[in-house]
Amino acid sequence: MSRDRLTAAAMIAPSVILVGIFVYGFIAWSARVSMSDWQGLIPSYNFVGLENFTQLILHDRRFFIGIRNTGVFSLVFLGGAIVLGLLLAIMLDRKLPAEGFFRSVFLFPMAVSFIVTGVAWRWLMNPALGSRMSGLNLLFDRLGLDFLVNQWHMNPPPWGMAFIGIPALWQMTGFAMALFLAGLRSIPEDLREAARVDGASEFQLYRRVIIPLLRPAVLSVVIILGHISLKIFDLIIAMTGRQVALDVPAIYMWTTTFDANNFNRGAAIGLLLLVSVAILVVPYLWYSRRQEAEL
Amino acid sequence: MTAPTVAQRPPAIAPRRVSLRARRIRRRVLRILGVAVLAFMAALFLLPVYVMLITGLKSFEEVSLARMWDLPSGIYFDNFVAAFRALRPNLVNSVILTVPAAIGSAVLGSFNGYVLSKWRFRGSETVFTLLLFGMFIPYQSILIPLVQFMQQINLYGGIPGLILVHIVYGIPITTLIFRNYYASVPTELIESSRIDGADLFRTYRHIMVPLSAPAFAVVLIWQFTNIWNEFLFAIVLTRPESWPVTVALNNLAGSQIVEWNVQMSGALLAAAPTLLVYILLGRFFVQGLMAGAVKG
Repeated sequence: MSRDRLTAAAMIAPSVILVGIFVYGFIAWSARVSMSDWQGLIPSYNFVGLENFTQLILHDRRFFIGIRNTGVFSLVFLGGAIVLGLLLAIMLDRKLPAEGFFRSVFLFPMAVSFIVTGVAWRWLMNPALGSRMSGLNLLFDRLGLDFLVNQWHMNPPPWGMAFIGIPALWQMTGFAMALFLAGLRSIPEDLREAARVDGASEFQLYRRVIIPLLRPAVLSVVIILGHISLKIFDLIIAMTGRQVALDVPAIYMWTTTFDANNFNRGAAIGLLLLVSVAILVVPYLWYSRRQEAEL
Repeated sequence: MTAPTVAQRPPAIAPRRVSLRARRIRRRVLRILGVAVLAFMAALFLLPVYVMLITGLKSFEEVSLARMWDLPSGIYFDNFVAAFRALRPNLVNSVILTVPAAIGSAVLGSFNGYVLSKWRFRGSETVFTLLLFGMFIPYQSILIPLVQFMQQINLYGGIPGLILVHIVYGIPITTLIFRNYYASVPTELIESSRIDGADLFRTYRHIMVPLSAPAFAVVLIWQFTNIWNEFLFAIVLTRPESWPVTVALNNLAGSQIVEWNVQMSGALLAAAPTLLVYILLGRFFVQGLMAGAVKG
């Protein structure tokens, strides 16, 4: 028995040690850097308390813009993914022909990187107007939908940021759809029949019975896509390079650390990002672990 | 005189029957409408691929932003050849990076999943939750120590260092998938193997591993896709000669000298391996996707 214990310990030890160092050790080290005066190429760990944090939160215009942009983006991204994902899932759940094909089409962008998405969409959402028009604007123009022609992410802030949500939705709506579809499939058919026998219309059936039962799936979508939108980084880089108007904290951290050598500020932004993700994820993790323990 | 009124009144069941038929017709109309909407949405989802494909297949002379939506006059591979020439070393780097990193994180995840599902100990649930949290953290929060550490151990700049990093940060998701998979393996199998005198590792080797093919497929495909598509670690931890394809493609896209048509063809080339895996083995990919969302 004790030999088995030793083997078990030996099997998980590498992972526990590696994650211990690379996740928890590094977070602690980041915290130390975030409370230091390290600016420049030579590390310096003189303790300055929470100064870097108060500076960011109270006085840093760029950080404020980044938070606002994250908010605008999350709203479009989460709202769009829930509405569109639910709509697609409900239609796919109704046993329409070619269901498998449609499901594959809506999910395939998940297999592609944000960088690829960004490169493709930077040309689809080319903001040039007039004779240099191209991409979706050109398509709208050709189809007589001129009123849709616009400057996309080059619209004045903060609305430009809302358009970054479109390629993100292209990439991730399928994920929301898959989660909702799994939720719909787990609702027993009897329940729907019972509601129909009671005279509920199809609309009432969804409104009053099915959608309320999908609440756990909605929660999963909000947590998973929500934490992705807090971390959004590659997509914006690939679409627009680095423009302050479309800045988010994840990009700010990168540029201030590795271009401007403000290591202490970079670490502080990283930790604030971590806290925001933890607020979203930890209750969910804790709750679902506990729920499983009860089973 | 007025006696027949009752008889003339239509049977009470009739309106209901009519409404049932109306309902059936309405349902059929809704079905057709549903398929139409789905087809429209599918077309929208395929639009970017369509543009990338037709752009890539045009000749250099034919390419222009103003004729972006026009079909090519013939099939040319100029764009793909140019993009491939620019990205070839990076595609090779991506393969060298992705395969060992996916395998490494799968093996560790399988160890963890086995112990954490079949050999629970006091505090094993806490260990599992702490491991899981690692897959949600924004990597910006560990980036500075990571760079310092990789420099310290002399693994900064090259592909081996990036492999190590992807193995480590892959542990949470691979552990989760294997743990859930092994939890569904009947404990009797383990017990009978123990009665036969096999120890913990032999049981893993001879009972669990042969049963694990589907879980390995899910994990390997998931990790392959994720690592192939990853950008932040790659750009921070590798020097230009070790860049994987995502970093090189981003550079190509930011460059003023590379034409947009070559950029788009490059994007399609960079996406091709994971897309191919998705088309051939999509079932496993989707299982990985769902595993990441449904905790525990």
